[in-house]
Amino acid sequence: MSQGIQYIIVALSVVCLLLGSSLSALAETIKIGAIFAVTGPASFLGGPAARSAEMLVEQINQEGGINGQPIELIIKDSAGSSERAVSFARQLIEEERVVAIVGPSTSGESMAVKIIAEDARTPLISCAAAEVIVDPVARYVFKTPQKDSFAAQKIFAEMQRLGIDTIAIAAGNDGFGKAGKEQLEKLAPTFGITVAASETYDSKATDLSALVAKLKANPNIGALVNWSIVPAQAIIAKNIRQSGWDVPLFQSHGFGNIKYAEAAGVAAEGIIFPSGRLLVADSLPEDDPQKAMLIQYITEYETRFQEKASAFGGYAYDAVNIVVEAIRQAGNDREGVRDAIEGLQDFAGIGGVFSFSPEDHNGLDIDSFVMLTVKDGKFTLYERQ
Amino acid sequence: MSLDLFFQYLFAGITYGSIYAIVAIGFNIIYNTTGIINFAQGEFVMLGGMISISLLPFMPLPLAIAGAVAITMVIGALMEICFIRWLESPSVLRMIIITIGISILLRESALHIWGESIRSLPYFYGNEISAFTIGSVRFSPQVLWVIIACGLMVIALSIFFKMTPVGREMRACAANRTAALLCGISTRNMVTLSFMLSAGIGALAGCVMSPITYTQYDIGTTLAIKGFTVAILGGLGNYPGAVAAGILLGTLEAFSISVVPLAFQDAVAITILLLILFIRPHGLFGSSEAARLKDF
Repeated sequence: MSQGIQYIIVALSVVCLLLGSSLSALAETIKIGAIFAVTGPASFLGGPAARSAEMLVEQINQEGGINGQPIELIIKDSAGSSERAVSFARQLIEEERVVAIVGPSTSGESMAVKIIAEDARTPLISCAAAEVIVDPVARYVFKTPQKDSFAAQKIFAEMQRLGIDTIAIAAGNDGFGKAGKEQLEKLAPTFGITVAASETYDSKATDLSALVAKLKANPNIGALVNWSIVPAQAIIAKNIRQSGWDVPLFQSHGFGNIKYAEAAGVAAEGIIFPSGRLLVADSLPEDDPQKAMLIQYITEYETRFQEKASAFGGYAYDAVNIVVEAIRQAGNDREGVRDAIEGLQDFAGIGGVFSFSPEDHNGLDIDSFVMLTVKDGKFTLYERQ
Repeated sequence: MSLDLFFQYLFAGITYGSIYAIVAIGFNIIYNTTGIINFAQGEFVMLGGMISISLLPFMPLPLAIAGAVAITMVIGALMEICFIRWLESPSVLRMIIITIGISILLRESALHIWGESIRSLPYFYGNEISAFTIGSVRFSPQVLWVIIACGLMVIALSIFFKMTPVGREMRACAANRTAALLCGISTRNMVTLSFMLSAGIGALAGCVMSPITYTQYDIGTTLAIKGFTVAILGGLGNYPGAVAAGILLGTLEAFSISVVPLAFQDAVAITILLLILFIRPHGLFGSSEAARLKDF
């Protein structure tokens, strides 16, 4: 009888061993975590990001994964909340044991998750705009969107060419608007540009004609830079044209979605803004290092999801691509992946050509931006007059 | 401040003001028959805009607006029938909490149906950059539509509540539910009717303001707060009071920008709301005698 029990125990332990080994075989998939604001107020960022990342991972797996190992992308929806992003980051790092995390979508969330990634020594590739995410440089934190300061510099350089020396700044009172306004005010003097007025408005404002009237009353103002997201960036364009104020209107790189230009209708004509090359991929010269990848991304995204590709999806696409490339070089190891990312050079992506270094965890330069304008309801390269 | 700038601010203020007033009128209708504040009023505005935009590809603009108003009225009626009608002698507070719940429900459903992108109806006349000029003051033709819609609503509602039997029955319900019931008025039907009416008015507001403000799934909350401020300021239940208060608040907000940054616009509105609640809880144009007779 007791022997019988012993047999059962032995048999069970054999079964356990077999199960265990098959589990470890399953665990050989490479786990990449992702935190995006798929729903909530920042869903215009997180939605395209999650779709782009999923699409890319599916493709890589169809082609046989990384060195034969399939990738498992675990996407968490933070709904734009820092608290949720933090708890998801912990879960991904400690329970799922992911090799790297892609996201979060917003700057606030990224700053909250940054500390956790640093503590857990896990690479984090943020898809958010704010410069502070990588400045000062944190060892394990990278980001793919272009820096705010480059956008501001690009705008000021264009103004210099147009001979504009006095401007007004208008910004929404959200994180994006505040960060942009700060950069604009800081960099204007270096370009010899005077900021005659600087206004902040409620990012949910329904009409800005009073603000426009106030700015228009100052005859010295030669251009207006507006730094906000929808709907305010479309409302201000309409109010300016309705009031008959004919100064050039510059917008931030947040204007880079054709839907926003469509929302402003004819009032969008002539708006000048910095943007990545995604929006004008068709008109790029053939030898542009990004062109092939841009066209591929746009075609795949648009045929699959039946919506226009935007720069926001591109941030996540780049982030996943960078992680995958790093894993290809260094294997399924957090420290190795971090080093590999830092060593990536001339890596063509959607946002630009990335060249990381220990001092630069964004990897893009100012030429990742081009100046675009709206002409006949479409984005085109801004031709210098 | 130059005279031009003064008038330009004034017009901006009237634009904001008539938008707020139109939302406030919706609050007042339900308040007048049930004595409650319907916090889903802002969502009716959003639904009106969204539904009309969705209908537009299939029919001309006036029909799309009429369709949106009709559909939103049905939603308003359903909301009352499903969530409020069957309550046994509901307390005011309970009904208000229910409307807050419904507003969240409507907002989230709108997010799932229409997504997070901003949409708008085309301008009824002209386009995004056309403007009328009086002297040196310029304003969008759509502003006139909002003002006209607002004026017509007040006149029509005043006639409806004073002259028609149904309107009188609705007022009777508001004055004293039990007495109205004893007179053979179906108070429950009157409450449903008031929800339909205010949903319809909210939807119409959502349509006429859509080209100016855009429509997004979450515009309801902001509009509801402003509309509520205006309704309180004008005296709850008072339609011409709502219009006057709306234009007053709008103008104050527009002029406040010459002193404080525009981001404080909401602070101005909330400060006014608090002051009114402390000093004249019955509103600028309401009667304190009448206010004392109501529970809320």
